[in-house]
Amino acid sequence: MKIAVCIKQVPDSWAEKKMAGGVLDRANVDAVLNDLDEYAVEEALRIVEANSPSKEAGEASGHTITLISMGPERATEAIRKALSMGADDAILISDPALAGSDALATSLVLSEVIKAGNYDLVICGTESTDARMSVVPAMIAERLSWAQLTFAGKVKVDPAAKTVEIERITEFGNQVMNAAFPAVLSVIEKINEPRYPSFKGIMAAKKKSITTMNLAQTNVAPSAVGASAAWSTVKDALPRPPRGAGVKLTDEGSGGEKLVEFLVEKRLA
Amino acid sequence: MSSVLFLVDHSGGKVAKAAAELATFAKSIGESIAVVFASNPAEIASQLNNISVDKVITATGDWDKYGPAAIADGLAQIIAAKKPNALLITSSAAGKEIAARVAVKTNSGIITDAVGVDKDLITTQSVFGGSTTVHSAVTTGTPVITLRANSIEPVATTSAAAVEEFSVSISDSAKLATITSATAAVKGGRPELTEASVVVSGGRGTNGDFKPVEELADALGAAVGASRAATDAGWYPHSHQVGQTGKTVSPQLYVAAGISGAIQHRAGMQTSKTIVAINKDPEAPILEIADFAVIGDLFNVLPQATEKIKARKA
Ligand SMILES: Cc1cc2nc3c(=O)[nH]c(=O)nc-3n(C[C@H](O)[C@H](O)[C@H](O)COP(=O)(O)OP(=O)(O)OC[C@H]3O[C@@H](n4cnc5c(N)ncnc54)[C@H](O)[C@@H]3O)c2cc1C
Ligand SMILES: Nc1ncnc2c1ncn2[C@@H]1O[C@H](COP(=O)(O)O)[C@@H](O)[C@H]1O
Repeated sequence: MKIAVCIKQVPDSWAEKKMAGGVLDRANVDAVLNDLDEYAVEEALRIVEANSPSKEAGEASGHTITLISMGPERATEAIRKALSMGADDAILISDPALAGSDALATSLVLSEVIKAGNYDLVICGTESTDARMSVVPAMIAERLSWAQLTFAGKVKVDPAAKTVEIERITEFGNQVMNAAFPAVLSVIEKINEPRYPSFKGIMAAKKKSITTMNLAQTNVAPSAVGASAAWSTVKDALPRPPRGAGVKLTDEGSGGEKLVEFLVEKRLA
Repeated sequence: MSSVLFLVDHSGGKVAKAAAELATFAKSIGESIAVVFASNPAEIASQLNNISVDKVITATGDWDKYGPAAIADGLAQIIAAKKPNALLITSSAAGKEIAARVAVKTNSGIITDAVGVDKDLITTQSVFGGSTTVHSAVTTGTPVITLRANSIEPVATTSAAAVEEFSVSISDSAKLATITSATAAVKGGRPELTEASVVVSGGRGTNGDFKPVEELADALGAAVGASRAATDAGWYPHSHQVGQTGKTVSPQLYVAAGISGAIQHRAGMQTSKTIVAINKDPEAPILEIADFAVIGDLFNVLPQATEKIKARKA
């Protein structure tokens, strides 16, 4: 099997975020691997391990895991982390022309790179913690005309039959979905517990290859990406006055009653 | 005149409350056209009579077998035929996926998680823990906009809308993934979490005892939510988790009991109109966004509040 995992480097979600000229100011905050993508990397590793003869993940199994990321040069930091978890190699698509790309452009670039790689499965996280759109996996499936198996809480792969089955977790209940390869998956955070990179893994990752591609090396026209190609524009981004300092009271025996008085005054009870 | 399509969510043969909200947004922009995908659309369409709908388009098909990819197919075909000025969808996980595919199919811009849209199709979003309000507009194609539930007070009407049947063909690529079985979410007597106008949530502070949380919820006619600490511990089902990897709720009133207010939790509730917190710890981050906070033990505060509400109603 050839598996690709789409990972993104994002600003640390604990850091304070600000807008700069209509876009998120990414330069001035710490960057980390999108934590929801760790579950995608982990699931890929588990799929390979479950289908490998030897205990060593991937060894002589004929299965490979390639990380694919679009982002600035410094995204190699996040890539190294995922490589040290055990992925085999990585592709980073990085080009100044890509700055400010929206989800439509991002999915276009990722799809073109995926198309060139002959993968059986593409695994994504459910959401990037900075864009928070939860749309890129569905867009990739649509663009590639591949099966879409998203919001998976469980994944079962049959490499011989070349099929995959997931349990899709949605607000209206759960569904079992099936498809033949190739398929685009996204996995939710309940699916597994991502491993910490071992010392051995960290050392090994230093030798793994990260192929950097610029825009010209993809099949995507410069006019289709970047801030000027975005199909939506931010008119303004205004800091909202902090929620007016709320009332804080220490319970001295009538805290519950005071709470109800507040609700009544606000016509909420 | 402008016309706006909106997708009608339904499950178990019942229209979701959010449909009336999307209809109200659509009507404030132009002609409001409801789109119903169902195996028995008449049953769904008949429930749209008292909301702001000018016209209903129905499509019968194997939607339960093929899911979001097929519905996106249908919407793209209806957009091509009807040329509306915008498409509105509820901001649920599935809703955003459908929106994503329609945007690609129709070469249109997409805006997700809006809390408002005006007659010029300018959207309002609340980002970064509610600290920033963003106004945006789609500049290409038919704007595809997903809106969070509870973002508008629905307007009721009495006029029955005309129903048009539309024949949709599901493409081969939308048939690549098939749904082989489905289990509906267990529904109790309480309102659906994402639709409820009041949500009472419990966290690790409940120590596994959700009784005081449920009792207050019932006194307020509220849905029950939970933090991830509570769902991970198995104290409450995952389907009730509020937060980044759970549900996004935006009720009139959100009560957080024994929840610290981690950024991932806040991501799912920060747009609530009024936030109330009950927490032992005066330093808990949830207090920074609470309109009203009681520093105290939830096992004392919640039952007292429940009693007081019941007494008022009696
Ligand atoms: C990738 C990722 C995704 C996540 N997604 C989510 C998500 O969707 N939703 C979510 O909620 N979390 C999510 N989390 C987890 C989040 O970071 C927090 O760990 C979690 O929200 C903590 O839950 P809590 O507030 O219930 O527990 P704690 O942080 O342990 O807080 C418990 C609070 O209860 C108070 N307390 C204790 N006893 C009492 C009492 N008797 N009376 C009153 N107060 C009391 C304490 O003072 C404390 O403030 C995610 C984390 C990650 C890494
Ligand atoms: N720039 C990117 N590079 C690689 N993968 C991405 C990128 N953006 C999004 N993804 C993938 O798509 C998922 C959903 O992201 P989003 O739609 O931005 O919320 C993420 O969890 C990633 O797996």
